[in-house]
Amino acid sequence: MAKLRVELVSPEREIWAGEADMVVAKTIEGEMGILPGHAPVLGVMVDGSVVRIHPSDGGDPVAAMVSGGFFSVASNEVSVLAEYAELGGEIDVRAAREEYERVSAQEGEEAAAAQRRARARLRAAGQEV
Amino acid sequence: MGAQLRVVRRRIASTKSMAKITRAQELIASSRIVKAQQRVRESGPYARQITRAISALVSHNVGVSHPLLAERPESKRAAVLLITSDRGFAGGYNANVIREAEGLMTLLREQGKEPVPYIVGRKGVGWYRFREREYAEEWTGFSDNPRFENAETIGRTLVEEFGKPVEEGGVGEIHVVYTEFVSMLTQTAQVHRLLPLEIEEAEDLPEEQRSHGALPAYDFEPSAQAVLDALLPNYIESRIWHMLLQAAASEHAQRRRAMKSATDNANDVIQNLTRVANQARQAEITQEISEIVGGANALAETSAGSE
Repeated sequence: MAKLRVELVSPEREIWAGEADMVVAKTIEGEMGILPGHAPVLGVMVDGSVVRIHPSDGGDPVAAMVSGGFFSVASNEVSVLAEYAELGGEIDVRAAREEYERVSAQEGEEAAAAQRRARARLRAAGQEV
Repeated sequence: MGAQLRVVRRRIASTKSMAKITRAQELIASSRIVKAQQRVRESGPYARQITRAISALVSHNVGVSHPLLAERPESKRAAVLLITSDRGFAGGYNANVIREAEGLMTLLREQGKEPVPYIVGRKGVGWYRFREREYAEEWTGFSDNPRFENAETIGRTLVEEFGKPVEEGGVGEIHVVYTEFVSMLTQTAQVHRLLPLEIEEAEDLPEEQRSHGALPAYDFEPSAQAVLDALLPNYIESRIWHMLLQAAASEHAQRRRAMKSATDNANDVIQNLTRVANQARQAEITQEISEIVGGANALAETSAGSE
């Protein structure tokens, strides 16, 4: 079966690159799963969402928190371009939890966005929120 | 010790300490170039992908219109972003950028446009302040090690200015003057028009796509317009980020070269002064000997005469 060549990049660095069986990203209209052979698509990702990559070497799925950005799919190449991204494994769960609780207490539009990002960070780290 | 000798020795000592400083600066700069180049490289994948996506979008939706793509000939103001350094000691780095910017602004004035400077880096700001010229905005404190947030802030400000209607002082063009890092030895000050967009892609595309000609027909999620809205500001920020990184690498490279020639020069001066000092010391010794000999002779003559 064909594989997807995936690149997860942020402006500052390449975060993850490799082959995968499936990529799941969240657009404004909902989550989208991308399998090999998917039609070319350009999608805008939700600010503060989780991208999941299922590597084809059978390893654990890679989860990353992304804030803003988009992804493009073309001829089995998936590029996820995030303005900011963090791999689940690099997230300090305790700090993320504290951050989440702190912004949850606040109100307003800014705080809502911050809360969404904090929640995505926790989800990417494999926590239940 | 003779007066001249003392003066020369003092100059040697001070030149030596200067050489130490410039040598240290040179070493610091060379260690930072490597890191700066590394960051330029790391920003590559993102820049490549976003350029690709934009060109896919624009080439497939020829009819697509977006304020950021539109030429606005009615606007008489043009923003010019100068990327200079925060610190000096970098040879002609800032002078070149400023000269290039001055050239650009003269050109814009000739076209009947009013240039509006935006400045990155303390040296550029200082140059404008000293001449009491006006500028729209300044950003300082990160020229040698920019962070993406800096590019974001600058990008947002510029895009916002571009989005304003002409009557409110919106700008019709955005130009950036920065120093491109060509190689370790060559860095050139460059003018780049950021907005309205001219998409440069062809050479960035991988070989197989170029030979295929057209890019695949994309679907857009949720819509082409929404994707374009999200993509364009990101693209601008990514361009600015790329230029900031290039400028930082160039700054280090030029500082290293300037400091190397300063160190070399100091060493030459030290060598010359050492010669002068040796000569002075020799002259002093010669004089002392001839005084002693002369004195002894005189003494011998007087004592011979008295006997």
